[in-house]
Amino acid sequence: MSKQQLVVIGNGMVGHNFLTKIVEAGGLDQYEITTFCEEPRAAYDRVHLSEYFGGRSADDLSMVEGDFFNDNGITLHLNDRAVRIDRENKIVHSSQGLALQYDKVVLATGSYPFVPPVPGHDREHCLVYRTIEDLEAIMASGQQSKVGAVVGGGLLGLEAANALKQMGLETHVVEFAPRLMMVQVDEGGGALLRRKIEDLGVSVHTSKNTQNIGDGERCRHKMEFADGEVLETDLILFSAGIRPRDDIAREAGLKVGERGGIEIDNCCVTSDDDIYAIGECALWDQRIFGLVAPGYQMAQVAVDQLLGKSESVFTGADMSTKLKLMGVDVASIGDAHGNTPGALTYEFSDGPNQIYKRIVISEDSKKLLGAVLVGDASDYGNLLQVYLNGIDLPEHPDGLILPQRDGASSAAIGVDALPETAQICSCHAVSKGDIAAAIDGGACCMGDVKEATKAATGCGGCAALTKQVLDAELMQRGVEVNTDICDHFPYTRQDLYNLVRVGEIKSFQELLDKHGKGHGCEICKPAVANILASCWNEHILQPMNVGLQDTNDIYLGNMQKDGTYSIVPRVAGGEITPEKLIVLGEVAKEYGLYTKITGGQRVDLFGARLEQLPEIWRKLVDAGFETGHAYGKSVRTVKSCVGSTWCRYGVDDSVGLAIDIEHRYKGLRSPHKLKFAVSGCTRECAEAQSKDIGVIATENGWNLYVCGNGGMKPRHADLFASDLDRKTLVQYIDRILMFYIRTADRLQRTSVWMDNLKGGLDYLREVIIEDKLGIGQELEEEMAHVISTYECEWKAAIEDPEKVKRFRSFINSEAQDENILFVEERDQIRPATPEEKIELKQSA
Amino acid sequence: MSIKVEVCQLDDLVPYSGCCALVEGQQVALFRVDEGETVYAIGNYDPIGDANVLSRGLLAEVNGVITVASPLYKQHYCLTTGQCLDTENVRVPAYAVSVEDGAVYVSIPQADDKAKAA
Ligand code: SRM
Ligand SMILES: Cc1cc2nc3c(=O)[nH]c(=O)nc-3n(C[C@H](O)[C@H](O)[C@H](O)COP(=O)(O)OP(=O)(O)OC[C@H]3O[C@@H](n4cnc5c(N)ncnc54)[C@H](O)[C@@H]3O)c2cc1C
Ligand code: SF4
Ligand code: FES
Repeated sequence: MSKQQLVVIGNGMVGHNFLTKIVEAGGLDQYEITTFCEEPRAAYDRVHLSEYFGGRSADDLSMVEGDFFNDNGITLHLNDRAVRIDRENKIVHSSQGLALQYDKVVLATGSYPFVPPVPGHDREHCLVYRTIEDLEAIMASGQQSKVGAVVGGGLLGLEAANALKQMGLETHVVEFAPRLMMVQVDEGGGALLRRKIEDLGVSVHTSKNTQNIGDGERCRHKMEFADGEVLETDLILFSAGIRPRDDIAREAGLKVGERGGIEIDNCCVTSDDDIYAIGECALWDQRIFGLVAPGYQMAQVAVDQLLGKSESVFTGADMSTKLKLMGVDVASIGDAHGNTPGALTYEFSDGPNQIYKRIVISEDSKKLLGAVLVGDASDYGNLLQVYLNGIDLPEHPDGLILPQRDGASSAAIGVDALPETAQICSCHAVSKGDIAAAIDGGACCMGDVKEATKAATGCGGCAALTKQVLDAELMQRGVEVNTDICDHFPYTRQDLYNLVRVGEIKSFQELLDKHGKGHGCEICKPAVANILASCWNEHILQPMNVGLQDTNDIYLGNMQKDGTYSIVPRVAGGEITPEKLIVLGEVAKEYGLYTKITGGQRVDLFGARLEQLPEIWRKLVDAGFETGHAYGKSVRTVKSCVGSTWCRYGVDDSVGLAIDIEHRYKGLRSPHKLKFAVSGCTRECAEAQSKDIGVIATENGWNLYVCGNGGMKPRHADLFASDLDRKTLVQYIDRILMFYIRTADRLQRTSVWMDNLKGGLDYLREVIIEDKLGIGQELEEEMAHVISTYECEWKAAIEDPEKVKRFRSFINSEAQDENILFVEERDQIRPATPEEKIELKQSA
Repeated sequence: MSIKVEVCQLDDLVPYSGCCALVEGQQVALFRVDEGETVYAIGNYDPIGDANVLSRGLLAEVNGVITVASPLYKQHYCLTTGQCLDTENVRVPAYAVSVEDGAVYVSIPQADDKAKAA
């Protein structure tokens, strides 16, 4: 049977989500798919569009995974708008002149920003906020402007105002209605929101009806309002609502709503059985859904319907929202305004802390109908579940929003009360049952759950709730969510760190006596050794520390499968002189060591016996080498690219910076190993975005990336801050590393730490850049201590006869271990296999 | 019959850690588990990793049993019996140790004993 032709018009968030879903559902067997994308690039994450201002690139925002289109044989026409649907002949015509025969069409054309037809609205520097191109235009205009005004004080308008503010413009918000965020919050909430936003230095003008835009005197434009007042501004950003893009449907004679929107039924089918509409262009039950989650639900329904699953229907979607606008938490649920007849309300307002909360409940006080939260939205997850699942309210519903004091248990309804069907993550439609299933499938931490279900990987708003469900489900399965590090200490690694730091504890025995029990084990000993080193930086082979070190630390080298060791001298930034290279070669030759260039831009020498280590290191230290800490949970390498000194594209000296950074942090012990890289330009030859700390040169300074990882589960680093000068860069890295050392779990790489950090990247920025916890200076001082007490562990070891004594195969003999045997391969040694060993022993 | 061999001074052993001695041609892992005179000895050969490394493992208490965790793949071996706690049919030899006048002695089966047992 030949495949049916499916044409998807619009490759925005919902259109693309439709494509990924139909691919996942195996729909490619039935359909050959073509998609028209009017924009110059395939789908990207519009929800996080504002981060483009913060330095996220178009690539970062892209929603297209790998070579999605090619891999799945989907034809993508970029820069090509579908202009007409000829329903009679079943042909879609495009602006570039294509005419495609179709069996089915899916309209996912989204919406466009509404610009009120005020005279002067089309002057230059009057812009909108919807696409990457719009943002580029805003950035360009911002550079030539001092004052900016946003028309519209809704959700998007405030986001746009924040962007203007960040560009350093004097920022105004002009709202037609008497308060901000009319749709979501009530009067009390609106008033508080206004105060908070004004505190941030944004001027708010409500009840302002713009009548004309003309030439200004001080600024480019003058806005004239109906009440006679005026506002001068250089840039105007319209954010006065959205309108569905239904033109193509309208012209094809499909049914559209009175105020726009392509009418669909519960199956997402338009008035033509072969044409579907999903996302913001669709009108369901006379409603448009201006959020992405309902669009994704429609995409699922359309996929199901196209694949013959007729029972799948769209039955409306919840429009509750939670967001952070200019650092202010705002949330609204259901009937926030109390419009339901007979509805009762409770309000709580905390003036000094600028918190406002309100719940709307049913006449019989049984059900929650809606809520508004401003200033503190931590109750959102809970309230939303109570609302969505129709859970009966407790006797005193006000307990749901009143602050809990004196350790009283919260009146919050526990996640256990939620039904299996409760939707926890609306971005990816993940229910409590889905999370439970993932746990049954082996997931046991947030990272696993995210990977298995995608929960908390969209807007992130459900992260806290997802974690609660995870913990509760684990608990129910008898998995005691025990965070103790091991049987010997009833504490987490973070607790132990604080005990050591605050109690100035200097040895494992002291910590065990004061806070633990028994004798310790292979889990707590290295962890404590590592904490002691992070805090006090004493030599790890001090007699009191010797017994604590893991396999590799105890002999300052990585143990190989046959019990020999590897030797990795530090080659800061990967830069090495010919003289030093020769030394490495000579030493390797003298001791017959296997030699390899590592993935970390340095040289590894393998196959040294325990008793050879001090001699070999003495030679290396004499030649100016230091330990490379390849064995430690500590700073490994700072990779560099050749940078501006040689490379024709380099914009700054990446090698110099890499060397400085490596010398600054070498020797620092941390919960897990740390890798860095510095690239000289965005071509990124040093792969900095896969490192714990990555730095990339820009025209204006350095971009800092954090929490990247290669290894078992790769993670791209997040852009933490842009265009930093060297001093600030180093200050941030100092703080981030020490904060990580304070708060991470045992053997937790920065990537996993970040994925589990409550509040994520934003929170980390608050702690590091804004110094929200007031610990910035402390962290820097702690780092300064580590840096000032650095010594090469190998140098110190070979200078101390007591330490050298331990590097012997036998305490009572100079003999060698007869079980270490090598054979030759490609002109170098390698450990003999068991069979080869037998042969070698027999022939000896 | 086993013979008792003096291997080293107690002071040569670093508290809370292990080291290896060559006793009658056998590699013996010695562990001084406290700052006093408590010393244990088991075979140094790790049968799972196929390498002579047990003396370089970490001392670990597992449910009250004092063990060494192999530095290669972390299986635990009981210091008094040599039994591997992670795999039932794996066991390494355990030797009697005594400390007399600051010297450490290990009792090791003699070659002809072994022949008899075999
Ligand atoms: C030698 C080297 C491979 C090579 O021949 O190139 C190597 C060798 C080892 N790696 Fe690696 N890794 C080496 C580069 C890497 C890289 C690449 C890089 O750094 O650019 C990665 C991925 C990047 C990353 O870490 O994010 C890498 C990811 C790992 C992992 C997985 C970490 C993770 O988070 O998933 C481990 C296991 C671990 O650390 O728990 C590991 C562990 C090991 C150990 C230490 C395993 C062990 O305990 O015996 C290996 C022994 C090294 C030795 O004996 O000296 N190695 N390893 C590289 C040494 C680099 C250096 O100069 O220090
Ligand atoms: C700054 C900003 C912040 C936002 N924040 C949030 C948020 O926090 N939470 C939330 O849920 N939602 C948010 N939204 C809304 C969210 O982005 C939209 O709900 C979502 O993008 C809708 O997806 P869509 O595919 O329907 O439309 P779109 O993403 O707009 O995609 C439609 C695509 O179709 C193209 N197109 C239109 N007509 C044609 C044609 N004839 N031929 C070819 N291509 C065509 C358009 O160019 C566009 O690329 C935000 C939106 C913006 C702009
Ligand atoms: S990252 Fe840029 S500067 Fe560095 S080597 Fe590559 S192209 Fe050159
Ligand atoms: S609700 Fe957005 S990520 Fe889960």
